[in-house]
Amino acid sequence: MTHSLEDITQQVIDRAKKSGATAADVMIREDNTFSVTVRIAEIETLKEAISRSLMLRVFVGQRTATSHTSDISGPVVERLVNETVEMARLTSEDESGGLPEPAFFQNRFADLNLLDPSWESLTPDERISLAVRTEKAAFETDKTITNSEGASFEYARSRVALANTAGFSGEYEGTTAALVCIPIAKSNSSMQRDYWMSAGRHRWQLEAPEEIGKKAAGRAIRRLGARKIPTCQVPIVFDPLSARSLLNHVFEAVSGSAIYRRSSFLVDQIGETVASSHVTIVDDARMPGGLGSSPFDDEGIPAQTTPIIERGVLRNYLQCAYTARKLGARPTGNGSRAASGVVTIGPTNFHLKAGTYAPDEIIRSVETGLYVVELIGFGVNMVTGDYSRGAVGIWIENGEFKYPVQEVTIAGNLRDMLRNIEMVGNDVTFVGSIAAPTLKIGKMVISGA
Amino acid sequence: MALSNSIFFEKHGVTTRDLEAYLSEALSRGGDYADLYFEYRINHSIVLEEQIIKSATKGVSLGAGVRVISGEKTGYAYSDDLNRQNILKAARTAAFIAHSSAVGGSLQIPTPLNQERNLYPVPTFPAELEIAEKIRLLQLSNEAARAYDPRIKQVQASYVDETKHILIATSDGRAAWDLQPLVRLNVMCIAEENGQRQSGYQGGGGRRALDVFTGDLDPRAIARESARQAILQLRAIDAPAGPMEVVLGPGWPGILLHEAIGHGLEADFNRKKTSAFAGLVGQKVGSELCTVVDDGTIPFRRGSLNMDDEGNPTHQTVLIEKGVLQGYLQDRLSSKLMKSPLTGNGRRQSYDHIPLPRMTNTFMMSGDSAPEDIIKSVTKGLYAVHFGGGQVDITSGKFVFTASEAYLIENGQITAPVKGATLIGDGPTVLRQVTAVGNDLKLDQGVGICGKEGQTIPVSVGLPTIKIREITVGGTEK
Repeated sequence: MTHSLEDITQQVIDRAKKSGATAADVMIREDNTFSVTVRIAEIETLKEAISRSLMLRVFVGQRTATSHTSDISGPVVERLVNETVEMARLTSEDESGGLPEPAFFQNRFADLNLLDPSWESLTPDERISLAVRTEKAAFETDKTITNSEGASFEYARSRVALANTAGFSGEYEGTTAALVCIPIAKSNSSMQRDYWMSAGRHRWQLEAPEEIGKKAAGRAIRRLGARKIPTCQVPIVFDPLSARSLLNHVFEAVSGSAIYRRSSFLVDQIGETVASSHVTIVDDARMPGGLGSSPFDDEGIPAQTTPIIERGVLRNYLQCAYTARKLGARPTGNGSRAASGVVTIGPTNFHLKAGTYAPDEIIRSVETGLYVVELIGFGVNMVTGDYSRGAVGIWIENGEFKYPVQEVTIAGNLRDMLRNIEMVGNDVTFVGSIAAPTLKIGKMVISGA
Repeated sequence: MALSNSIFFEKHGVTTRDLEAYLSEALSRGGDYADLYFEYRINHSIVLEEQIIKSATKGVSLGAGVRVISGEKTGYAYSDDLNRQNILKAARTAAFIAHSSAVGGSLQIPTPLNQERNLYPVPTFPAELEIAEKIRLLQLSNEAARAYDPRIKQVQASYVDETKHILIATSDGRAAWDLQPLVRLNVMCIAEENGQRQSGYQGGGGRRALDVFTGDLDPRAIARESARQAILQLRAIDAPAGPMEVVLGPGWPGILLHEAIGHGLEADFNRKKTSAFAGLVGQKVGSELCTVVDDGTIPFRRGSLNMDDEGNPTHQTVLIEKGVLQGYLQDRLSSKLMKSPLTGNGRRQSYDHIPLPRMTNTFMMSGDSAPEDIIKSVTKGLYAVHFGGGQVDITSGKFVFTASEAYLIENGQITAPVKGATLIGDGPTVLRQVTAVGNDLKLDQGVGICGKEGQTIPVSVGLPTIKIREITVGGTEK
């Protein structure tokens, strides 16, 4: 393994051409990972590894095939390249197939501040102690915290190299880390789990372990004694973690792949009002130090900032080279290679822009309603927008929290939900590449007792 | 099934002496136990969409994981190749957690287990089959779905297979290997009428080669079923909201058992007392009509295994008998710490993951009632026969799942189809509310994927027709 990743990508490209590919691109990812879970002050699991994966895509005319391997030693890769070219000959001609047009490629990349080398100076014991301190803080918050699913610290230093037969070649490196705490609160009649986490590329981006533990404990404790409520129709406030799942649905609905398949409730609506005027959503690959930032996407398209919804009006769908050609649009730099090597649409930093309200103000504005802290289940139909998910939350009366609620569902349709967003919080919370602030939706049906 | 016949010995030059060397390195800092997991996996996937074969993918994955256990601590590391130095390094890394343990672990030389049982004998493994044959399955399903009804405007069909070689060696003296086939075909249809779009979904497969795709699993039958669901949804009405009597149809609705009960009975959550079922062994958790089983030994089933991913034979484990909780699903770590017998449920996604207690094929045994009589006995309720996905909160016990095909029952008759109804309930109490169990146990068609702690594995579920006194249905119509 003395070759650099860039050398290997170049060799694979050359081999693909020799095997009869008319075009090809290859990506190699190398992850140096460390993760530790501490439970009740003892290490439960510790895992450390360097893993590599090579993802190849070849074109024979407008036929394509992909492959992936964890074994990047010469002979294995050589055989796989040949087999991939052979497979491509068996697939169908697809007029939209092919690499991105060469005009889109650049060879100078923005420095997006993705790497924090200071993580490397932390010894394993210091990394373990981050998790220990986090869990300890949760236990010390209150005596109802009697158990724990643990606290984890996860760190990865990753290198990505990409090259294609159109002459593009690039490489970048970044660090990511996350600290998560999952305490369990117990009373005579009830046991409740919740979590809090913080994630970032730089050490300064992570909340202090004590802060995370305390917040996680607070979240679990406030769920104790949760009950069902009668079926009703009321305003719903989503906390930033549950609001994040709504943004995930919007992301899926504006993905070029869902649009050309017409399997999205947002198909054919560019230029139309699809959300309330408080809603502005962007996908920003150029956010410095962002968890979803990268100088180019997995097809080599440079990072860009794409407005999705501006003050309620739908502006763009997210595209890779293939979906862009299908839909007569430009690629937006959202080509993302799944583990299988197939290019799909991925978010970069896809988020709903902060509004002006403090979360407290939003809660105070609700006469009776539900503050949602967790959503479970998969009851979302992307084709129709029909929405029905299990919810856990806190009942609000006269602007104040009254008691916790569980075993209810909230239901509506995503089209109406987006149009009924009445208030947007100032607390956008990034723990991954999709983020949202506190959101208030005018009304939804709660199904309960 | 001698070790020397495994691909790792035959093609990759691994020897018994290597296994000893790696295990001994893993125990060098005094762990109680160590094991090695070698894996060589070949996947194919092919997608048909817009009437053409859009893509074909091959994946090759090769590596070895080393686990060291010291008390309740687990250290894990892996190598992305079978290079000797890299595996030794992984063994040293995994050993890190044992540094405070005073007692040195002992190593028994791994000896091959007697492996007579083969639950999935196939003449040819999926990896060896021609791509053209696999493409043919997709074309057949595309044609059948479109021929079903002109309102079917889109068909997306996908074929995936896996051929997985594994070899396991443990410091308590066991060594075993297995070769596992797995195939699956999925068909998704979109029906359109008057600007309305609805989708349908059906799939099938198992631990076999392409000969699994006959009868109910014929690609054309799978496609027609997918198309039927999409067309049906075009006339579905909004789901009701509120608590009501619910009848679950046989087969795939067993996902309710998987979510509501199965996960809560995985030993790790009970050992840590984070499950709503912790400490309830010997107690009544369901009505007398309910007997729930996890059985990893059913030939050719998607969740079946000759041995689990810790080298232990799979079992038929009775979890709940006539309503009384019998025990939990164990992996090695929990079984030791809880002093309970192994059940062969230690599973992992791949060599880069730690094994966890997981389900295999989980189902409820048949009862006495005729399914028609169960429906007739309901005055006002919901009949749910096909499901999307489900999820559970292990700690509070609350579960949610979404019916993709459901009907209203009015005065003993099945009437209007309803759109995506979400059911929400409480795992520890839902089985107490079972008031009838049909005589028609059916396992699902072989498409289940179960996720836990970021690891996905193939599973099966099953159920006879059952009636539940009350579940909250999460629709919009009050």
